[in-house]
Amino acid sequence: MQYLPNILFSIALVAGIGYFTMNIRKIIRNIKLGQEVDASDNTGQRWSNVVRIALGQSKMVVRPIPGLLHLFVYIGFVIINIEVLEIIIDGIFGTHRIFSTVLPAGLYNFLIASFEILALLVLVGVILFWTRRNVQKLQRFWKPEMKGWPKNDGNFILYFEMILMILFLTMNAADQSLQALGSAHYVEAGAFPVSKFIVPFMDGLSEATYIAIERSAWWLHILGILVFLNYLYFSKHLHIILAFPNVYFGKVAPKGKFKNLDSVTNEVKMMMDPNADPFAAPAEGATETPAKFGASDVMDLSRIQLLNAYTCTECGRCTSECPANITGKKLSPRKIMMDTRDRLEEIGKNIDKNGEFKPDGKQLLDDYITREELWACTTCNACVEACPVSIDPLSIIMDMRQYLVMEQSAAPTELNVAMTNIENNGAPWPYNQMDRLNWKNEN
Amino acid sequence: MAEYMAQGKQPEVLFWVGCAGSFDDRAKKITKAFVKLLNKANIDFAVLGTEESCTGDPAKRAGNEFLFQMQAMTNIEVLNGYEIKKIVTACPHCFNTIKNEYPGLGGNYEIMHHTQFLKSLLEEGRLKVEGGKFKGKKITFHDPCYLGRANGEYEAPRNLLEKLEVELVEMKRNKKHGMCCGAGGAQMFKEPEAGDTDVNVARTEQALETSSKIIATGCPFCMVMMTDGVKAKNAEENVQVMDVAEMIANAEDL
Repeated sequence: MQYLPNILFSIALVAGIGYFTMNIRKIIRNIKLGQEVDASDNTGQRWSNVVRIALGQSKMVVRPIPGLLHLFVYIGFVIINIEVLEIIIDGIFGTHRIFSTVLPAGLYNFLIASFEILALLVLVGVILFWTRRNVQKLQRFWKPEMKGWPKNDGNFILYFEMILMILFLTMNAADQSLQALGSAHYVEAGAFPVSKFIVPFMDGLSEATYIAIERSAWWLHILGILVFLNYLYFSKHLHIILAFPNVYFGKVAPKGKFKNLDSVTNEVKMMMDPNADPFAAPAEGATETPAKFGASDVMDLSRIQLLNAYTCTECGRCTSECPANITGKKLSPRKIMMDTRDRLEEIGKNIDKNGEFKPDGKQLLDDYITREELWACTTCNACVEACPVSIDPLSIIMDMRQYLVMEQSAAPTELNVAMTNIENNGAPWPYNQMDRLNWKNEN
Repeated sequence: MAEYMAQGKQPEVLFWVGCAGSFDDRAKKITKAFVKLLNKANIDFAVLGTEESCTGDPAKRAGNEFLFQMQAMTNIEVLNGYEIKKIVTACPHCFNTIKNEYPGLGGNYEIMHHTQFLKSLLEEGRLKVEGGKFKGKKITFHDPCYLGRANGEYEAPRNLLEKLEVELVEMKRNKKHGMCCGAGGAQMFKEPEAGDTDVNVARTEQALETSSKIIATGCPFCMVMMTDGVKAKNAEENVQVMDVAEMIANAEDL
């Protein structure tokens, strides 16, 4: 019987990590539905981006207040994980504060003290984040796409983190009281600069009560972490993992450089080659022309764009800088990313159910993203610049415009006029190309 | 350019005028001002004239990759035919397209935005600029997206304004975070979608907040949008929109 807690703990651990792994594999499968893309270039630049933008949070601190608060939570998250490692080892082997027996006392005390201070900072950060969302009601958290689940999701994450930190500090407070009582199993270890202020609130309880508090907090804390880990998949919070690969795969070319479609290049070259035989059969081994130009559904997008969609944490910095959104147009770059993920998830569920994707009569275009949104974009790259994790909503807008124009000839009328002009007189306006040099003789 | 070729000569630089600079009445003034500066600095330059055609930028941003590549390849044929090495343009859209999207289609040139080119002329001492009539005036600079964010050039136009000894007042949103005038992505050629206000009006309001006398920019399309914005705010009596090149030319009454 004495090994029952260890067994229960191991089962919880395996189940928690197992379910999470299963869902991560699903994400990988879904991302692989996208088009393959070569990102083997610029490895040096890419790694430096990971260090600066992802690890170094360089784009988060562009807005100092949320940047600083996020830094608390981010550093807290990373560092406190060392403590989680100790908790896991203790849980499996039934030890208590195992690291205190292997690390020098000074170092162990320093670590525990820093975890406590970080836990407090995380708590402060998370409470202020909650206030910004729900009391201050910052505009970017109250846009139309943030109704329902996205709004609740944001708050759930904050509640989770608040509870985890409170449990962590309560556990330490009870532990201290037990250490003071010289309770067996509770070795004297650790420094508790924060939780010592909780100790007076539980003064004078019996040893058994302290143990009950300490054990409950310990169990709820670690089970909470396992639940939170599995919550990630259903939430916008995946960015804590995906931000790193996403920044690595982020655009390294100048922002103004839009990719040239090779399939179009081949067509145009053939058109402009006087020796080309338009009726020639494709050469042996030549690749077939692609099924379509541009994107109307998520499978037409690249894997990087789909990774972008899973990485988006819906902070809305893109939308708050988007000139179209600011002036009241329907376009919101954040919504482009959320729609892409929602549609990809829908397709993923379809595959789970049917073994393979069965056409459901829906697509990203029109059923999720409207044409009005796509045509409102000025391609100014403000959203791309604003994103703290190198997401590129503009590339999705461009791919979908390409589909509209090249597959459906569905550009707005005025644009069709401009494009006809470019074709006929080499300028978007109806002027004669022969008049191009007239300015020379005018005053 | 054809004349240069016929004489077996190569100009120092090709001036890519662009559609706005060729046809739009307001932008033609920028073209002429820039040409005056080139002449003053004794730059041996040529233009393609009637052989120049749209770079394809608006077609590409509208999603018409096909038309873009046809334009691009035609232009590249012409440029390569004349063995062009160095190009300068007063339009950030032409600049961006030739710089970033032509190389993949066989067009490799050294391309500069006119503010970069003017800056290099100043540094080489081939052109001198003094404050003149803009000295001490309150001026704000509107970053064209395709010069700034798209290609990371924020300093060249500002350096030129510094040389004019103006009092440069930045808008809240500037440089990396500058807000678009509303013309990019082929929006110039269509009506905006329904909303509360137009992008150019919103951006002009931000510029007017600086209480500058002049809104300086470096793009013929920003020029159109901001000028319309100033008109919409009934501020045209007090506020002018000018290209940096025009300001340099005007400072000396060229």
